[in-house]
Amino acid sequence: MKTSNKISLTLACAILAGSLALSTGCRNTESTTGAAIGSDTEAAAKVFVAPGKHDEYYSFLSGGFNGQVDVYGLPSGRLLKVIPVFSQNPENGYGYSEESKPMLNTSFGFIPWDDLHHPKLSRTNGKPDGRFLFVNGNNTPRIARIDLKTFETAEIIEIPNSAGQHCSPYPTDNTEYVVAGTRFAVPIADGGGIEDVPLDTYKDKFRASLSFIKVDQASGEMNIDFQILVPGFDFDLANGGKGPSADWMFFTSYNTEKAGTMKEIGASQNDKDYLAAINWKKAAEYAAQGKAREIPANYYHNKLDHKTHIVNSTQKKTVRVLLPEDCPGMMFLIPVPKSPHGVDVDPTGENIVVSGKLAAVIPVHSYTNMIKAIEDKAYETTINGIPVLKYESVLAGEVQKPGLGPLHTEFDAKGNAYTSMFVSSEVVKWNVKSRQVLDRIPVYYSIGHLMIPGGDTQNPDGKYLLAMNKITKDRYLPTGPELAQSAQLIDISGEKMKLLLDFPTFGEPHYAQAIKADMVSKNSTKFYRLDENEHPYATKKEADARVERKGNEVHVYMTAIRSHLAPDNIEGIKVGDEVYFHVTNLEQDWDVPHGFAVMGNQNAELLIMPGETKTLKWVPTKKGVTPFYCTDFCSALHQEMQGYARVSEKGANVPIKFWLGEPKKGI
Amino acid sequence: MKKISSLLVILSCLFVAATFFVPLWYINLEAPQYPGGLQMYIWLSQITGTDEFTLQNVNILNHYVGMAPIHQDSFVELQIMPYVVMVLIALGIAVAIIRNRKLLAGWVGLLIVSGTVGLIDFYRWQQAFGNNLDPNAPIKIEGMTYSPPFIGVKTLLNITATSFPHLGGVAFGLALLAAIAATYLAFKKTNQNPAALPTNKLITHVL
Repeated sequence: MKTSNKISLTLACAILAGSLALSTGCRNTESTTGAAIGSDTEAAAKVFVAPGKHDEYYSFLSGGFNGQVDVYGLPSGRLLKVIPVFSQNPENGYGYSEESKPMLNTSFGFIPWDDLHHPKLSRTNGKPDGRFLFVNGNNTPRIARIDLKTFETAEIIEIPNSAGQHCSPYPTDNTEYVVAGTRFAVPIADGGGIEDVPLDTYKDKFRASLSFIKVDQASGEMNIDFQILVPGFDFDLANGGKGPSADWMFFTSYNTEKAGTMKEIGASQNDKDYLAAINWKKAAEYAAQGKAREIPANYYHNKLDHKTHIVNSTQKKTVRVLLPEDCPGMMFLIPVPKSPHGVDVDPTGENIVVSGKLAAVIPVHSYTNMIKAIEDKAYETTINGIPVLKYESVLAGEVQKPGLGPLHTEFDAKGNAYTSMFVSSEVVKWNVKSRQVLDRIPVYYSIGHLMIPGGDTQNPDGKYLLAMNKITKDRYLPTGPELAQSAQLIDISGEKMKLLLDFPTFGEPHYAQAIKADMVSKNSTKFYRLDENEHPYATKKEADARVERKGNEVHVYMTAIRSHLAPDNIEGIKVGDEVYFHVTNLEQDWDVPHGFAVMGNQNAELLIMPGETKTLKWVPTKKGVTPFYCTDFCSALHQEMQGYARVSEKGANVPIKFWLGEPKKGI
Repeated sequence: MKKISSLLVILSCLFVAATFFVPLWYINLEAPQYPGGLQMYIWLSQITGTDEFTLQNVNILNHYVGMAPIHQDSFVELQIMPYVVMVLIALGIAVAIIRNRKLLAGWVGLLIVSGTVGLIDFYRWQQAFGNNLDPNAPIKIEGMTYSPPFIGVKTLLNITATSFPHLGGVAFGLALLAAIAATYLAFKKTNQNPAALPTNKLITHVL
């Protein structure tokens, strides 16, 4: 019996191993298991962060279709926090509380979800400064700014005249701007907005827009400075120049064929697509000189007020647009092998690496060559007034046989580049100067983006590389048909890359950023000061807790402190009333949040941080007695932190009354 | 009374004056969920904490066992003590100028009495807070009281309470030592051989 079990197990393993080799097309079988964690105590030691000790890096992984940002410590791979950005989060009331609901306002109305793709850290002088994290919503075009003092979404701006907003939010070297571009060309009307046109007019009517969002250097606040209206290609990814090329922003594009249907085939016909190079300084000058045309627009700008913790939504009615044909020297197209994904500028600012996912080579363009080609007017043709430079005149060289499906490249501090290979499921290390492949390591499976802390800036920190993979299969214990995504942490400090850690990630991490922990941790807010709370419904003393009726609105000015809510007995609420619980957490200590939830409330709960006021709306649907309670285990008497609201019939003659402990004042 | 005694009295006054600028005493409460502990500092005229919210957080902890909240306003001593200390300093300076041994002895006695009264008062408050517990407190443990140690370390449920003099307390101690030394030297002189005088002069010069 035992033996037969053993045999079948061995057989199963062999089948599994076979299918694994098949699915990855793996050539480097020796490291498939050899370098895996568990069989390698050295790797385990490198990622072991002792209990109570802190990680060396914060990493911010986009959550893709979960609309959130997941914060992991590296090298341990420990999940530290999930930051809701474009998605409602019932866990803490984000997008449910009255204060935070406006953050998800758009010109389409309240949108409770988005597809969050690319996190980018703010930079000062080419270095990540740990102040803000910018992220984009791909589906309903938006850019959000997360404040890294509080790890909260502080601002969301909608991008008009855009769709499938994918090549964003890439910053310039000093975060003067972050950019946003359309991946889905749309019929942008001359007077602004997306038109209702027959879909077979794609080639004539559909256009793309590249937006330049000005970032206030002190507050981080975003405002759309101008949009450049460009031919209807699909703009895929972007990256800013750095050092000598800092004035330029590069965007990859595909579907230069302008196929409007069955793009899978239609967008893959041209041998070359284009890299768009935009001199953003020149563009800003043109805009300032009045070359920009102001057109009607309709988009939302939602900002968190740090004094009240209330999000204010403003509707914007115009946007400025620039046309490349009116602005000579602002925009150029550079041919690249077909259907490129990432464009990545090396730390020197000279080499522009374009990863063409269907291409057999990785082209490296030269910034110096580009400037020379522009000076020499070495144009192949022009498209809508945009000069197209000759491929060979800009090219520095090509990486031959790098692997299959190059997607994205980042850099270390020693002149090496690391490119993710989606199809051959590996990371390839190559030298930027010699363009020779130096090493390759398999990843599990089908890597999308990769990330080296600072590897997209002038100052890479070449210790770790994080591979973010699209397919998980058998990497972890199975959890039914739907699996978590997988990431691998790779040691790149030596000549050979070495797999250190394999850990699951949530949503679909399209990209990540990482920064030395102390750059962020030193500024982390511990709690909000009650004496700085300017919320109009704040209750700063328990003695001021009260209930007020205004027509069919009932406002409960409630306080929470260990271990009671005040008031905890409320009468006079009627079915159909709009009840607003404005709960102020009176605590002034780190990590003492209180929660608040009401039975039968068609809403989520609140998590209220110390010193903060948050509002939960409740429209009672049934008469009777409704308990409410603190949901966050705050203290030894947390289970006692509860109360009752009496709900009477509509039109009942029950006056508003409330108390805590002994019945007291009524109104 | 010798010049050296006068100088020592001035030194003693300086030590006493230091208590205006540094806390007299500290109480540290350590618990696993309070990494770094909660520190309370007792000054001449105020009670402070690790940060401005420490008292509130200590009170939240204390309310579970029914201890009355600690507020600075509850202690009339904090309003009186600065004046007491000012008077002590003024008298000290007077003694140093007048250079009268009996006055000196009286002043030292006053210092000792003041210090002792202060300590007794501190002890009484500790006992008052630790023993007078609300009978309706959520946590009641038979025979358990919660006075922190007068001086030393004591475990109270999950909390390790440490109580020791802070810089101001030490300064007051040093002031007492200097004052006692001054008195000793002042009275020692009368029993001394006049031949010893030059040595004393030398010390004075060195000082």
